Amino acid sequence: MSETGRRLTFEIFRFNPQDPESKPHMQSFEIDEVPYMSLFMALNEIRETLDPSLQFDFACRSAICGSCGMMVNGKPVLGCRTQTSDLPDRIRLHPLPVFKLVGDLSVDTGTWFREMAEKSEAWVHAEKAFDPEAIEDRMDDELAQQIYDSDRCIECGCCISSCGVANVNDEFAGPAGLNRIARFAMDPRDTRSDEEWFEVISNENGVFGCIGMMACHDVCPKELPLLEVYAYLRRKALSTAL
Amino acid sequence: MTAKITSTDVLVIGGGLAGERCAIEAAAAGHDVLILSLVPPRRSHSCAAQGGMQAALGNCVKAEGDNPDVHYLDTVRGSDWGADQAVSRIFADNAPIAVRELAHFGVPWTRVKGGKNHYFIKGERVEIEEALENDGLIMHRDFGGTAKWRACYAGAGTGHSALFAVDAEVVRLGVTVRDRAEAVELIHDGTRCYGAVSRCLRTGEHSAILAKATVIATGGHGRIYGQYTTNATINEGMGAAIALNTGVVPLGNMEAVQFHPTALSPSGILVTEGCRGDGGYLLDKDGHRFMVDAEPEKQELASRDVVSRHMAQRMFDGFGVETKFGPHLWLDVRHLGDEHLRTKLREVWEICRDFLGLDPAEELVPVRPTQHYSMGGVRVNAEGEAYSMAGLFAVGEASCWDMHGFNRLGGNSLAETIVAGMLVGRRIAATVGRGGLDVETRYASEALQKAEERAAELLGREGDGPSAYGIRDAMAEVMIRKVGIFRNGDDLGQAVAELRQLLDDCDRIVLRSRVPGMNPELTFALRIRNMVRLAHITAKGALARTESRGAHFRTDFPLRDDASWLNRTLARWTDDAAEPDISYEPVGELDVPPGHRGYGADERIEMAMPVEDYNRQVEEGQRAAGKLPTEGVL
Ligand SMILES: Cc1cc2nc3c(=O)[nH]c(=O)nc-3n(C[C@H](O)[C@H](O)[C@H](O)COP(=O)(O)OP(=O)(O)OC[C@H]3O[C@@H](n4cnc5c(N)ncnc54)[C@H](O)[C@@H]3O)c2cc1C
Ligand code: SF4
Ligand code: SF4
Ligand code: FES
Repeated sequence: MSETGRRLTFEIFRFNPQDPESKPHMQSFEIDEVPYMSLFMALNEIRETLDPSLQFDFACRSAICGSCGMMVNGKPVLGCRTQTSDLPDRIRLHPLPVFKLVGDLSVDTGTWFREMAEKSEAWVHAEKAFDPEAIEDRMDDELAQQIYDSDRCIECGCCISSCGVANVNDEFAGPAGLNRIARFAMDPRDTRSDEEWFEVISNENGVFGCIGMMACHDVCPKELPLLEVYAYLRRKALSTAL
Repeated sequence: MTAKITSTDVLVIGGGLAGERCAIEAAAAGHDVLILSLVPPRRSHSCAAQGGMQAALGNCVKAEGDNPDVHYLDTVRGSDWGADQAVSRIFADNAPIAVRELAHFGVPWTRVKGGKNHYFIKGERVEIEEALENDGLIMHRDFGGTAKWRACYAGAGTGHSALFAVDAEVVRLGVTVRDRAEAVELIHDGTRCYGAVSRCLRTGEHSAILAKATVIATGGHGRIYGQYTTNATINEGMGAAIALNTGVVPLGNMEAVQFHPTALSPSGILVTEGCRGDGGYLLDKDGHRFMVDAEPEKQELASRDVVSRHMAQRMFDGFGVETKFGPHLWLDVRHLGDEHLRTKLREVWEICRDFLGLDPAEELVPVRPTQHYSMGGVRVNAEGEAYSMAGLFAVGEASCWDMHGFNRLGGNSLAETIVAGMLVGRRIAATVGRGGLDVETRYASEALQKAEERAAELLGREGDGPSAYGIRDAMAEVMIRKVGIFRNGDDLGQAVAELRQLLDDCDRIVLRSRVPGMNPELTFALRIRNMVRLAHITAKGALARTESRGAHFRTDFPLRDDASWLNRTLARWTDDAAEPDISYEPVGELDVPPGHRGYGADERIEMAMPVEDYNRQVEEGQRAAGKLPTEGVL
């Protein structure tokens, strides 16, 4: 009997694209639950004791690096933050959709987010060069806090996976992409003009591509205020359109 | 598919803050730069830093009178005089520039609010009027071991915001990043480095990258303590290891290992020093604030080595809360209030909710000291150039630039990454020639072949043998039990012998999985031997150092000994040697003569030699130890 009295069954999606013999399938593993068990602990135990070929990604194991997005019983979550005690004793794991599969539960979010950053030019477009002699430009703390709130996205991809539009349209900026655009649009240090912003925001791959079902908002592990973000972008789009 | 041999001007191994800050400096100067990283750069462990980044801007009332001189002094004291003071000086002078530059890159630093503010200081709630003329400047919070409030911060997500801002510059400049790539071998001829061999973590294939300058920016190696660390799973020290494996480049001060006072028990996840900086307390099982008795002056905000030792002692003395995962103490931040916790310490609040299921505004947080930071690493000179190997550089936690000596102050590491990245990047930009790379491809082919054969040999082993994971767990137990906060000769002697045995076990590992592709078991098995080597050097250096300095505490030699040990440990390890070769060099010229830190023990063994005499032998001693000549200042 396990310490919590539960034996857990994991059904895990398996496919190794590097192996010509490999075909996509589900594989089951059983382990004993222990107190405070996260999916980080559980998957490592499976790999170290049952199947050393299992691929998955964890780095920080503290819900800050965004490496470990996965579908758990159909919902995109961070594996490291998910405790088995919150799950039934049959747990189905799939890799996040939308992103390219690396193998088993591991997907290539890095390439997706880099491309998104390039497309939306997600950096501060500063007017002047940095002056090492000068003190910093001032900013109101409230505004700094607002920017920080949307800067907190860890690019885990959970929202992208939950988004119906992102699942069918590769070009759609996606929830995290829209949030990233808003983060720079609200930052006065970014001196892009209204016309330039209009280009980025107001097309079918920008905020008007979003059909507003808010699946993204419910799955974001960082609880980003995505609702407010889209409202902000729509306002900005309308004002820049004038 | 990547070609088997490619070339670039500058190869940066590591996409954390240090590597990326270095890369953008070289790229902005027009060089071709390639970054390798185990993970997409924004997932590097720099993103996990919470509390803040030290820079003496002196913007708020509690920072009045602060300047780089004060910061420098705090850093030298914090190091327990183990630092290279010239480097600490360069660091403190440049930190304000580097932090303001991050504001330029977009970091949403928390700002000063002019007018009435409420803070918690030494257990009291106080009201302080911030000058209106400072409104909107970068705000500071208090951290351990500092004379002034100096840590600049963005909520409790400073590392995240800083890394995203610097990576945005990398994207803006179009720097190529190859992620899921691991440098496994340096290309060199014994005196000059020409790049590295990389293993692709998507396909398992090896390729060689030739470069005029190669930078190791691979972060810390906390995972030699297994799970007993706040570090990410990717902090396995492979950058330090491949430098060590050249047999020529030394690692500095590997026995200097920092334990952070407040990691969650049992997971080891960190909650920032900012919790105590903002007024949090440490309590024992009876709810007693033992740090007030132990350190009346700095209380919870003495340096980390000192606080961690008091905590460990308190638990040894039976005042810890006993659990099946071992004892812990409490962190109390309830009095800071819900609003403060959910804004200024938001990441802490979330971690408590997600990993412990508790609300820190209502409940106590279980904490215990845990391995946190590697002061040791690839030994470099003030310009970031590795000893004994031209063309090789190191920056950030992977390096021993040596501004931290035997104890790094909280907030000084993030600041180091961007200061060193900026300065070393500038140095590289200035020294790397514009012409083509003049190197025999033979060195690349040889290194490539060596790496491929190593993987093939491991995959080919048959029969029965230990597992790489078993060796990792055994190593972790040796390290935490015998090379931890309190050390002694008997334990360390056993640790050295046991790690030596584990190293032999590494040569007998047999894999259970032979799947094509990256093969996670093979990937880890290729690393574990390197990890055990780093652990062994750590234990051996600690055994040899018969004094106590900063984080290195010997119960059998409890005094700091400036007569015999005012030096830095260097470890080299040639391929054929059974044991590493340990030697020493002077710490650097002393501008601030050794004295009392202002917290911790005051008793010590004084220098036998006049400071002037010590200083006279520094240059020669360091050159003999392999330091490359430093032309001019940065
Ligand atoms: C939980 C936590 C909180 C912290 N909080 C603070 C704080 O508040 N203030 C502060 O000053 N310091 C803090 N620190 C310390 C500080 O965050 C680190 O020292 C610093 O971020 C290290 O940065 P780096 O760039 O040197 O390395 P990292 O950010 O660790 O980056 C290392 C990079 O190297 C890559 N890499 C590693 N090996 C290889 C290889 N073989 N091949 C290719 N790439 C490789 C990785 O993929 C990664 O990109 C904290 C540390 C931890 C663990
Ligand atoms: S609200 Fe918009 S962005 Fe969010 S899931 Fe729905 S369509 Fe996607
Ligand atoms: S918005 Fe939330 S869910 Fe989407 S990538 Fe960012 S942190 Fe993840
Ligand atoms: S491992 Fe970093 S977010 Fe889960």
